[in-house]
Amino acid sequence: MTAIPAPAATAATDGPPLIVEHLTTSIHVGSDRHDVVRDISFSIGPRETLALVGESGCGKSMTALSVMGLLPAGVASVTAGRIVVDGVDMTAAAEAKRESMRGDRIGMIFQEPMTSLNPVLPIGFQVGEALMQHHGLTRKQARARACELLERVRVPAAADRLDAYPHQFSGGMRQRVMIALALACRPRVLIADEPTTALDVTIQAQVLALLADLQEKEGLAVLLITHNLGVVASVADRVMVMYGGDVVESAPVAAFFARPTHPYSSALLAAMPRIEGEGGLQPIPGQVPTLTEMPVGCRFQSRCPLRIDRCALLPPLAAVGGDPDHRVRCWVRMDT
Amino acid sequence: MLRFVIKRLLLAIPTLWAVLTTVFVLVRVVPGDPTIIILGDQASEASRMELRQRLGLGKSILSQYFDFMGQILHGDLGRSLATNRPIVDDVLAVLPYTIELTIASLIVGTVIGIPLGVLAAERRDGPADWFARIFSLAGVSFPAFVSGILLLMVFSVQLRWFPVISSANAADPLERLRALVLPSVNLGLLMVAYVTRVTRSGMLKALGEDYVRTARSKGLPYRIVVWRHAFRNVLVPIVTVVGLYLGVLIGNAVLTEIVFNRPGIGKLIVTALNQRDYTLLQGLMVVSAFAIVVANILTDLTYGLVDPRVKTQ
Repeated sequence: MTAIPAPAATAATDGPPLIVEHLTTSIHVGSDRHDVVRDISFSIGPRETLALVGESGCGKSMTALSVMGLLPAGVASVTAGRIVVDGVDMTAAAEAKRESMRGDRIGMIFQEPMTSLNPVLPIGFQVGEALMQHHGLTRKQARARACELLERVRVPAAADRLDAYPHQFSGGMRQRVMIALALACRPRVLIADEPTTALDVTIQAQVLALLADLQEKEGLAVLLITHNLGVVASVADRVMVMYGGDVVESAPVAAFFARPTHPYSSALLAAMPRIEGEGGLQPIPGQVPTLTEMPVGCRFQSRCPLRIDRCALLPPLAAVGGDPDHRVRCWVRMDT
Repeated sequence: MLRFVIKRLLLAIPTLWAVLTTVFVLVRVVPGDPTIIILGDQASEASRMELRQRLGLGKSILSQYFDFMGQILHGDLGRSLATNRPIVDDVLAVLPYTIELTIASLIVGTVIGIPLGVLAAERRDGPADWFARIFSLAGVSFPAFVSGILLLMVFSVQLRWFPVISSANAADPLERLRALVLPSVNLGLLMVAYVTRVTRSGMLKALGEDYVRTARSKGLPYRIVVWRHAFRNVLVPIVTVVGLYLGVLIGNAVLTEIVFNRPGIGKLIVTALNQRDYTLLQGLMVVSAFAIVVANILTDLTYGLVDPRVKTQ
């Protein structure tokens, strides 16, 4: 959608804003531990967008919540790995430090604009609240800044709507407010969890364009969580496909769409509705196994047409087609 | 907001009309001749005729109805059969005591109930939660006359902190406040029970809402997330239960006022019942109904304050 410069050029100076290394997140059920995110690693540079793609329950939202430090307490926790946001190791930091990073250095927008804003607080206050918290602005200063922010996300008549409440806004407008709220403190990292799923298609395009524009101006590193491959194609630089908590394929966006390699990736693309072409959409047979019945080894094996005996061992994420940036977790498809 | 207030006040008019009509009908469908009930079956025909005249029972039902409504519109509740004093004067004499008891028990109920409910929700299934649940269960289960006597025995008879014989009508404001403590705690504890339960369940729901996650994503301290973002949304059910409680209070105030020997509307109701003071009783029904309608209006107006969605609808 927008021409994005190579991330390496800007990232080299002070390192990528977001680095995730060997992250494992687990859900605790009694004394049992189920890994819902297994050993995933990535980094995102300024102005770069990484899309995490997969079905519901594949671990993409859990990854986002892990990075944000917002996993439901007592239910899920990060059990291994490191998350570095703007040079600060979030996994080693105390809760007070993490709190000071959230909303300031890293922001998040959520899937449901209808329920993500507080119904009893005015919009202007909600947008400016993080500025009072992190930058010590007074209520009045925060209000003035909230007005600028709302204008930036193109909320019409922003000054008149500072005292309005969420129920007076449409879904698309609320998502704009959410974007203004997440970007209030000019964070370096933005996590967008299905930001357009709940919106009409025309509004989706507007919101995505707005996000791309702000990303360019602010130099944001964006982690985009989505199951919509159309969105991925239009805004992402790189794609990571997740299945059952594992990254099964990781590739630059062009390479991914030119040559989806993991059997699950090919199946996902085949399941996309198309206007031209023959056959129509191909659903993926079977269902994602539940947490307790995840197969040992490759977790896609129960639905995989290419299954071989070796799939009982978890394959590594290995290069494919001689391209070190394009990697796949599949014994059959990886370079040998 | 002004439009909302006016609209709500206008809506109260038909409610009041219906309530007054119900009181009028209720009093008249009670079987038996009121003059026999009042004067006893030994009364002479002449004295009964005289009373019937005084009560206006000789007229047609319709003109009795218009008299009744007309009097109330002029703020006249008639005269007591037992004392022949204007009922309005009797009511106004004790109303301040009932109002101060109501307000004091509201304060006790909310000041204890709300933090207890929030704490219970934050520490779900922890010791604080269990304490709050048992405490509130005990609060709803205890009849006001039992808890009142227990309070008197412990704090007045044993510890001698508060007077046993009420000094509610003392001139000294400090003494008056001292006499208010136990009765308002007694009534307040009942309210603590309701408020704690509603606050707890409301907070449990609110803490799981998306907007609480948004608030946390801003890096707000936990206290602010809980009180500014979650609790603000629980105010609506709390206001509802407090409003309902005002109605329950009137029933329980009767018992509390007797146990603590306080003047008040409740005590007056009992006096009227004992003396078969039928006009006083009718007047007190009107006053109680008014009180509940006013409480409901206040509740609705408070909704408008705590929930912005109410105003614009």
